[in-house]
Amino acid sequence: MGFLMKKHWQRRHLMEAFMKFIMRVSLVIVAGALGLILWIVIVRGLPALSWAMVTKIPEGGYYMGKGGGILNAILGSLYLASGGTLLAMIFSVPIAMYLKTYLGDSKWGHYVRLSLDVLWGIPSIVYGAFGFTLMIALGMRASLLAGIVILALIELPIMTRAMDEVIRRMPVDLEHAALALGSTKFEVALRVVTRQMLPGITTAILLGLGRGIGDAASVLFTAGYTDRIPTSLMRPTASLPLAVFFQLGSPYPEVQQRGYAAALILTIIVLVVSLGSRWLSARLNKYTIK
Amino acid sequence: MDAHIQVKNLNVYYGKQQALKDVNIEIPKNQITVIMGPSGCGKTTLLKTFNRFLELSDGTQLTGEVLVDGQNIYGREVDVTEVRKVVGLLAQRPSPLPMSIYDNVAYGMHIHKMKKDRKEYKDAVRHYLEIAGLWEEVHKRLHDPATSLSIGQQQRLCLARGLAVEPVIILGDEPTSALDPISSQNIESRLLDLKQQYTTVIVTHTLRQAKRLADYVIYMYLGEVIEAAPAHEVFTNPQHERTKQYLEGLF
Amino acid sequence: MSQSDKINTPQTVTKTTGRVIRPVAVSRARQNSFARRTFFGFTLLPVFLILIVTIALLVRSWPILNAYPLSDLLFGDVWKPTDGQFGFRPFILGTFWVTVVGVVLSVPPCLLASIYLAEYAHARLRSIAKPVLDLLAAIPPVVYGVWGLLAIVPFVDKVLAPLSDRWLGSVSIFAVNQPTGFGILAAGLVLAVMIAPLIISVMYEIFSTVPNDLRHASLAVGATQWQTIRNIVLPQVAPGILAAIVLGASRALGETIAVLMVVGNIPQIPTSIFDSAYPLPALIANNYGEMMSIPLYDAALLSAALVLLVVILIFNILSIIILQRMMRQKWAS
Repeated sequence: MGFLMKKHWQRRHLMEAFMKFIMRVSLVIVAGALGLILWIVIVRGLPALSWAMVTKIPEGGYYMGKGGGILNAILGSLYLASGGTLLAMIFSVPIAMYLKTYLGDSKWGHYVRLSLDVLWGIPSIVYGAFGFTLMIALGMRASLLAGIVILALIELPIMTRAMDEVIRRMPVDLEHAALALGSTKFEVALRVVTRQMLPGITTAILLGLGRGIGDAASVLFTAGYTDRIPTSLMRPTASLPLAVFFQLGSPYPEVQQRGYAAALILTIIVLVVSLGSRWLSARLNKYTIK
Repeated sequence: MDAHIQVKNLNVYYGKQQALKDVNIEIPKNQITVIMGPSGCGKTTLLKTFNRFLELSDGTQLTGEVLVDGQNIYGREVDVTEVRKVVGLLAQRPSPLPMSIYDNVAYGMHIHKMKKDRKEYKDAVRHYLEIAGLWEEVHKRLHDPATSLSIGQQQRLCLARGLAVEPVIILGDEPTSALDPISSQNIESRLLDLKQQYTTVIVTHTLRQAKRLADYVIYMYLGEVIEAAPAHEVFTNPQHERTKQYLEGLF
Repeated sequence: MSQSDKINTPQTVTKTTGRVIRPVAVSRARQNSFARRTFFGFTLLPVFLILIVTIALLVRSWPILNAYPLSDLLFGDVWKPTDGQFGFRPFILGTFWVTVVGVVLSVPPCLLASIYLAEYAHARLRSIAKPVLDLLAAIPPVVYGVWGLLAIVPFVDKVLAPLSDRWLGSVSIFAVNQPTGFGILAAGLVLAVMIAPLIISVMYEIFSTVPNDLRHASLAVGATQWQTIRNIVLPQVAPGILAAIVLGASRALGETIAVLMVVGNIPQIPTSIFDSAYPLPALIANNYGEMMSIPLYDAALLSAALVLLVVILIFNILSIIILQRMMRQKWAS
C-alpha cells in the first residue's frame, strides 16, 4: 500500500512559493533602500570631503563657495548630543531602576512605560516649538544650553526604555537572593541592578547620542546656528544636521557639494555610534547573568 | 513482523551535539508502539523525525532514512505537508486552534479540500468527534470557542482534528502528561480502540502507561536504541542490563 | 515582583529588628524610603512631561483659539497671516496626503518582510536583519532628506511622473500637474523608507507573541506554512498589525526635516500625488521664530503644533495600549 507523497503542485504549493518569493523581494527592497541611501551619500559626499571640512570653521564667504569647514557644526553637534545624553542619563537611570525594583510589572509600571512610549512618539518639531515657548517665557535666547535641555527631553524616553528592556530580562532570583540576605530594595537597586544595568546603560547612552546628533527639527529653534565654536552654554551653537540643511538650500553648487559632504560626515558618526553600541552591548552581555 | 515505519541508520544532530545515534528500528503496523527511556534520551526527537517536525527548529541535521510503507519521507521529491497528513501528531499539551470546536475539526479537511460541500464537512466533523468520544459532550455547542473546553476535552478535540485528515499513523508525544487521571484514561482508551486501524507510536515517561498501552516497546538511552521488541518480551525478560535497571528503578 | 515588594517594605525591616533599635538598620530603612520617594518623583517626570508640553502649547495658542472658531482654523482654505487669515486646511491636507502615501507604500513590503523574518528566516538571517534595521533607524532624518533630494526627487521626476502621465494621467490623483519631482509622492517614498524599520520591528515582535504550539498544530495536519500564517497567525496578530501601522503613521505625521526637503512646500490643496504640498511640521519649521511681529502669527504656528501633537498622542496611545496588551499576554503564557 503506497502513499502518494510525491509533490504534486496544488494551488496551495504555488501560493506558498509565490508568497515566499514576494516576501524575499520585500526584504531585498528594504535592505536595498539602506544600501541605496549609504551609496548615494558616499558617492555624492566623498568628492567634496576634505581635511579642511573637518578641521576648520567657516571662513569669510564660505557660504558663497570660499574656504573653510564645518568644524563648528561637528563640535556643536557633539556638545549638544553629549550634553543632552548626560542630562537625560541623570533622569533616566533612576527611572529605569525605579521601574525595575519598585514598580516591576504592576499597573503603575505599565502606566509609566506607556507614557515613556508616548513621549518617544512625540515628534521633535513639537519639542522644538515647546522649547522655544519655554525659552521666551524664561527670557532665554537660542543657546547651547537650550538645545541640550530639549535634546535631553527627546532622549529621555529612548534611553529609559532601552535600559528598562535590558534590566527587565534580569533574573528575579538574583534580586530575591539579595533581598533574602537582608538588603533593602534601595541597596538591591544600587548594587545588583546597577551591575546588571551596565550593558543597558551603554546601549542607552549610544542610542541617545545617535539620536541627539541626528536631530534637526528640535535644535532649529533652540540652539540656533553660528559660525563660531561655542565657548559658553549660553551661546548659540551650530549643529551638523542644520549644517547639511542650510548648505543644501544654497544656490551655489560648491556649497551644496559641501552639504553632501556634511551629510556623509553625519552618517559616518551615526553609524559608528550605532555599530559601536552593538559591539559594546554584545561584549558586556557576556559578563552578566542572563 | 509487518513493519509500517522503518528507520535506517538515523542520526540527528542539534548543532554539534548528537541527539540520535545510528537508530535502526522497525515499527509494526496497526499496533501501539511505546518509546520509553529516561528524560533527555531522545524519545521525542525520534518521534519528531516521523512527521518531519524536527526541521522546524533551527540548526538540526539529520542523516539516514525513515521509510513509511517503504517510501523514504526524507526523499528529495517528497512533499512534507503530505507526510504530515499521513502521519498525525497528538502534542504534549493540547493545542486547540483559536477558533470554534467545529472549525478545529474541519480545519485540516479544509486545508486539504477533502470534502465537497457543507454537508459532507458536517458529517465528517460529527464522525470524528464521535471517534474521539467528544460528540456527546459538545454537539450542542459546536460553535463555541475550542478554548472553552476542559483540558481533557481539548486533547480529545486535537485527536479528532488529527484523525480528520485521514492519517494512517498517529504519533503521541506524551499526550496525557498535561491531563488529569480521568482524562488520561479516556485518551488511553481512545488510542486502544483506534489501534486496529492506525499504527500508533507513543512517547511516554511513565512505565505504567507503557505497560497498559504497549504492544511493542522501544527503549532508548542517551540517543541510542537499547532494545526494541514486543512488549511482553521486554517487560518480562529484558535482554539488556540498562533496560532491566530502568524497569526496576521505577518500581 | 509585587510579592517582594510586600515582603521588604521598610516597615517590616523595623519590625523585625524588634525593640532593640539598631541604628544602622533604621538608617538603612530611612535611606530606602527616601530613595523610593526620590525615585518616584523622577518616575512621574515622563507622565508630567506629556501634560506640560500639551498645556504649554495650549496656553500659547490660546489667543488664536480665542479669536477664531476652531472650525475656521481647521477648515479655512486661506493662509495669509499678514491679513489675519489663518486657514490650516492646505497644511492639514498636505500632512494627511504625505502620511497616507508614505504608509500605503511602506506597509505591504514591511508586513511581508516581517512575516518572512518571523516565520521563515533562519536564525542567521535574523541576526543579520536586526542590525540592518537598527542602522536604518539610526540614520538621521536630514540624511534621508539628502537621499530624497538626490535620488527620489529625480526618480519621481524622470521616471514615475512620465510613466504615470502616460498610463494613469486620466485619474486625477495620478495626474502630473507640477512636473518638478518635488511633492507628495517624493515625500511619501522617503517617509516609507524612514518608517520601515519601526514598522518591521514592531510587527516582528507581534508575530513572536503567537505561541509556537498553534503553528505546530496547524502544520501537524499538513498545512503549508503560508496556510498556517494566513489561517492561524495573521488572525491572531491582526490588532497588533493595525497598531504597528498606526504607530508608523504617527511617526510619519511628525516627520519634519526630511519631508520639508522634498515636498515642495507650496500651500495649496493637493489633488494628485505628484502635487507639491506643505505639511504642518514643515510650516512650523520654516516659519516659527520669524516675523513674530505679525499679530497671532506665533499663536497660529503653535496651534498647528498643538493639532499635530493631539493627533499624534491619540494615535500613539491607542496603538501602544494595544501593543502592550499583546506583549503582556505573551509574557503571561
